[in-house]
Amino acid sequence: MNELPQQLVNGLLLGSMYGLVAIGYTMVYGIVQLINFAHGEIFMTGAFGALTVYLYILPDGTSMLIALPLMLIGAMVVSVTVAVGAERFAYRPLRGAPRLAPLITAIGLSLALQQAVWAWYPGAKSKISFPQIDGGPFHIGSVTIQTGDIFLLIAAPISMAILAFFVMRTRTGRGMQATAQDPDTAKLMGINTDRIIVVAFALGALFAAVGAVANGLKYGDIDFRMGFILGLKAFTAAVLGGIGNIYGAMIGGVVLGVAETLATAFIADVPGLDKLGSQSWADVWAFILLILVLLFRPQGLLGERVADRA
Amino acid sequence: MTALLEVEDLRVAYGKIEAVKGISFKVDAGEVVTLIGTNGAGKTTTLRTLSGLLKPVGGQIKFGGKSLKKVPAHEIVSLGLAHSPEGRHIFPRMTIEDNLRLGAFLRSDKPGIEKDIQRAYDLFPILGERRKQAAGTLSGGEQQMLAMGRALMSQPKLLMLDEPSMGLSPIMMQKIMATIAELKSQGTTILLVEQNAQAALSLADHAHVMEVGNIVLSGTGQDLLHDESVRKAYLGED
Repeated sequence: MNELPQQLVNGLLLGSMYGLVAIGYTMVYGIVQLINFAHGEIFMTGAFGALTVYLYILPDGTSMLIALPLMLIGAMVVSVTVAVGAERFAYRPLRGAPRLAPLITAIGLSLALQQAVWAWYPGAKSKISFPQIDGGPFHIGSVTIQTGDIFLLIAAPISMAILAFFVMRTRTGRGMQATAQDPDTAKLMGINTDRIIVVAFALGALFAAVGAVANGLKYGDIDFRMGFILGLKAFTAAVLGGIGNIYGAMIGGVVLGVAETLATAFIADVPGLDKLGSQSWADVWAFILLILVLLFRPQGLLGERVADRA
Repeated sequence: MTALLEVEDLRVAYGKIEAVKGISFKVDAGEVVTLIGTNGAGKTTTLRTLSGLLKPVGGQIKFGGKSLKKVPAHEIVSLGLAHSPEGRHIFPRMTIEDNLRLGAFLRSDKPGIEKDIQRAYDLFPILGERRKQAAGTLSGGEQQMLAMGRALMSQPKLLMLDEPSMGLSPIMMQKIMATIAELKSQGTTILLVEQNAQAALSLADHAHVMEVGNIVLSGTGQDLLHDESVRKAYLGED
């Protein structure tokens, strides 16, 4: 078991990426009770935004030290534009409609965004390689950290700190909390809840963009389908942590990442079960965890049972 | 002198069903006006329309001479109209103090906000004792106090109270009514919706009786308190 520290770190890193994307699901759900199934594609378009900055805007051979912050900004601009556009033109007209309508719209939007990238982004019909940071890997004791994970290691905790500060300490953040708890009464306090909804979509997209850059650096390539499985995993993380709870999203992400990593790493060592430990089984373990949570703790790890609004 | 609030031929509908069918009344600065009537008379619908949560299908609402018809709910508060909703609707997972602060969401005068929080605690000492407690842990009557305190935090020109005595014990109800009387004596203008007609009429300068979407009777609070038909229908006398 001397692999354990390494596997824990791997799981933690993977999980914090899930968590970054999960924030978008949980925030939007918390405010408008919509599961935004297009959020995986908001993440995906962010990755293409970052790539576009690198390939088509920056001069060839720009050092990653300069390129990376600009790519991150590119990812954020694209993700936020897509998310705010989706809210304005796809979801807002359906506010007040039965819940099924926006849900189906979200699924349709998800497919439309995938196909749009597939059809129109140059070379997106197959995987496109994502620029990498040189150097590394780094060793801390017996643990190795891949160069591509350095960004995640730094960006994930900073993102969480910014988010917590925003929600707990700013006026708009308090407005978000109030809107999540009781939207009509929030209006009576003078809170512009339409604006709060836009902010929730935009914030979710910002963190998805951070996750998208991290994903590109971690795996080395991106494609138009990358948002599908990762979106499902992040949604699982959000449910695992308690949907609607932003800390739950991050914790759910980490638990999911660690569970998935440990399962694939150690089940492979069990005689006779080696096949179940392969990478292709990782998703199975993740979704089994989701089913278990839904069965035994449907409100999630940090979720609270909330009485129906009177 | 124009009235603070003027409602003219107000009509509100849920789909095809008209819940308020053309009512008119006014509230002058400094007075307490009450709408009484049974469940489903359209009282709450009227208040929710005044604060912008519902949009009227017809009629006029003028507040301080300005038409509210096109003003969104979150801007109506800033004009000086505060609404303590039916069922209290405090924010259960926030502390009492944070609930009060949300009542002052649109204000930026920090010292003034602190002063008004203190004023709410003076009005309702129990809230001060529990300021750091989650509001959801309060009893019904305490939640009502919080809802009223929160509405006052916007420094309203007109305070609308929807069923403040609903579901409260007689003692708690007396406390709430005494507080409304105290606010009245301080000069607060109040539009009060109540099912407890006796208590509401005793406090009110003017009163209107609503039945299925219409105002069927109007007068001073004292007039209606002694009106035979009101006594029969709402005060439980034969």
